[in-house]
Amino acid sequence: MINIVGAGLAGLSAAITLAKDGKKCSLISKQPSERAQSVLAEGGINAALDTMGEHDTPQEHFEDTMRGGCYLADEEAVRGLTENAPEILNWLLELGAGLNMQGDKPLLRNFGGQKKKRTAFAKSSTGKIIMTALIDEARKYEVSGLITRYPHHELIGLQVRGETCYGCVIHDEYTDKNICLEGAVILASGGLNGFFDGLTTGTVQNDGSASVLAFEKGAEAANLEFIQFHPTTIAISGKRMLITEAARGEGGRLYALLNGKKSYFMEEKYPELGNLMPRDVVSRESYLISQRAECSGVFLDMSELKKEVWQHKLSDLRNECIHYLALDPQKEPIPVEPGIHYFMGGLKVDKNHQTSIKNLFAAGECAAQYHGANRLGGNSMLGAIYGGHLAAKNAPTDIKAVIDETAADGDDIYLEPNRETQMREALVYGLGIVRGAPRIEKALEMLRGIEGYGKNARLWFAEAMLLSALYRRESRGAHCRSDYPNRSEEFQRPTTARLTGGNSRYNERTVEIN
Amino acid sequence: MKVIFEILRRKNAEEKPYIQNFEYEYTDPLETVATALKNINESLPFPDRIRWECSCMQKKCGACAMLIDGRPRLACDEKLADHGERIRLEPLKKFPPVADLIVDRQAVFDSLKELAVWFENTAEPSEKRADTVHEASRCLQCGCCLEVCPNFSTDSKFKGMAAAVPLSRLIAEADEDEKKRIFKTYSKNFYAGCGKSLACRDICPAGIDTEELMVRSNAAAIWGKKRKK
Repeated sequence: MINIVGAGLAGLSAAITLAKDGKKCSLISKQPSERAQSVLAEGGINAALDTMGEHDTPQEHFEDTMRGGCYLADEEAVRGLTENAPEILNWLLELGAGLNMQGDKPLLRNFGGQKKKRTAFAKSSTGKIIMTALIDEARKYEVSGLITRYPHHELIGLQVRGETCYGCVIHDEYTDKNICLEGAVILASGGLNGFFDGLTTGTVQNDGSASVLAFEKGAEAANLEFIQFHPTTIAISGKRMLITEAARGEGGRLYALLNGKKSYFMEEKYPELGNLMPRDVVSRESYLISQRAECSGVFLDMSELKKEVWQHKLSDLRNECIHYLALDPQKEPIPVEPGIHYFMGGLKVDKNHQTSIKNLFAAGECAAQYHGANRLGGNSMLGAIYGGHLAAKNAPTDIKAVIDETAADGDDIYLEPNRETQMREALVYGLGIVRGAPRIEKALEMLRGIEGYGKNARLWFAEAMLLSALYRRESRGAHCRSDYPNRSEEFQRPTTARLTGGNSRYNERTVEIN
Repeated sequence: MKVIFEILRRKNAEEKPYIQNFEYEYTDPLETVATALKNINESLPFPDRIRWECSCMQKKCGACAMLIDGRPRLACDEKLADHGERIRLEPLKKFPPVADLIVDRQAVFDSLKELAVWFENTAEPSEKRADTVHEASRCLQCGCCLEVCPNFSTDSKFKGMAAAVPLSRLIAEADEDEKKRIFKTYSKNFYAGCGKSLACRDICPAGIDTEELMVRSNAAAIWGKKRKK
């Protein structure tokens, strides 16, 4: 038996992979798959399918991904991702995922950081449409008994002895009972949005607690300083709403109002890719221009998009803007700001997606693997499906152990709203688009002043994010240091973070950065 | 602006429910019920917090379906300003209660299992059917349509629109061999029991045109079959 925590794209991909091999798994999630953050993915999924007559190749997909990630991602892993992408897309078509088509081939659109059309899509609801196909496929194996769902269950404990994982403890939110499950564990629990509650484009479910739990048990984290700000987001009630990169892929243009005059700053500064530069670049430029005294805002102008694009490729985006912003993007520009969208960093994994703890795997956004210092749009769903598949192929199925509820013991991994807010304020202060040592150090001071610091793993994890940002004395991808503006060869390697010292009841624990 | 939330509460399924009022102030005219619930909860001690399900906060996941002033809605889709000075929140009524605003919607997922909503064979996607498939893939499985459907109950053979929408994806893409099975399921577990009230079309928070999907599925699965005879 293998235990998969999270039922979004990575979790479903892992579960289906196991089931196809005739292996059993439990699929554990706080809510059903339909509520997973994967359904929010919008613009598309990359694969060098070359259906648009541009002679695209996996090699170019590989090069763009490496360059977009500023050469921080593992080459071999990215090679596997990009070479397998066409096969993954063909599999999705076999499952009937409702992508936009041209005849019997998927249409591809332009996306950031890539010169060729490589992004397959379903209007701007690609995640939802792919999830539907995978949920249906998984259901087949639920009925045959290979996949057992625990759909209102939260991970509360990992049984780790030495540096090996033997199983997990989950809590039934409906009945309030705990269940102990033996076997290897694959975490597919999503990104760290909860650390920035209300300020990201993600879901409230993805609170990062599974990552914190693994960290508390000794798993190493990597690249926590790399947080992707998506250039086109806008605040709505309770969160930030994403305006898909596809808006620019289909011809939308960014401009800043400087003394009342439009400046198409991306097109002026980067004539080749213009509005479709990688997200780190667009967000940084957008932020910097918005800081100028004469600037009264940055806008996304989609008024020149053809009627056909609105009808067949972005109709859902238009409906959303009208509903939540009371703005019609076909007629008026949308005021946009960079907003937290994706975490390139997460649990450190090897090429098989195993964490530093044996038999504990991680895939999808909770793992740091394919995206280096900056993720390309269209690579997240691909990475989740591929990573989930690899984890499932490599996780051992023969782990036998007696798991008891004491596995849920350990340092606290939760904070109540008041301290959570204090933590968020420290992180927001220290981890903006542009950060420097004085701000990060001040943020650390704020964090260490929070009641319970020194006994709470969530605070240590937040500290690891700040310390990683302080440690990387260079600017690369999404990590832009005001005091170290250049890229440095010395730092062309992942930053790792781990918690030392066992259990704080007996030992002093500290966050160690390397 | 000030509103009073009247919330139907219960600790668990066994306990008798009661109404608790919460006074709440807000300024943003676009603020939603979901944000208000989140804010109210942040002000309450943990054991007193209102239990409800929430995920995406932008009507893309269906988690927060509940009765808002008597109508099944998503809390993140419902603006406070569109309601009066008192807003009543209750759990959906057709599903077994769990706690406060949470109900167990397992019946929705069980229906899909019972009807074998999946492809046994390879699907046949095409440009011609892409719009139907896209629309049929958008169902949130939130349960709102079942709540208002006059023909659906959790123990009926009729599985309602929350099953018919995913089935219409299969109808559009299944190969000839598999179509027979799917047409039969559609006919037996949906077509035969649907009274065409179309309440589902008006309530769907995702705005799925259920009538149009039904017309297309009927044409393929019911009339197409009859013509062949």
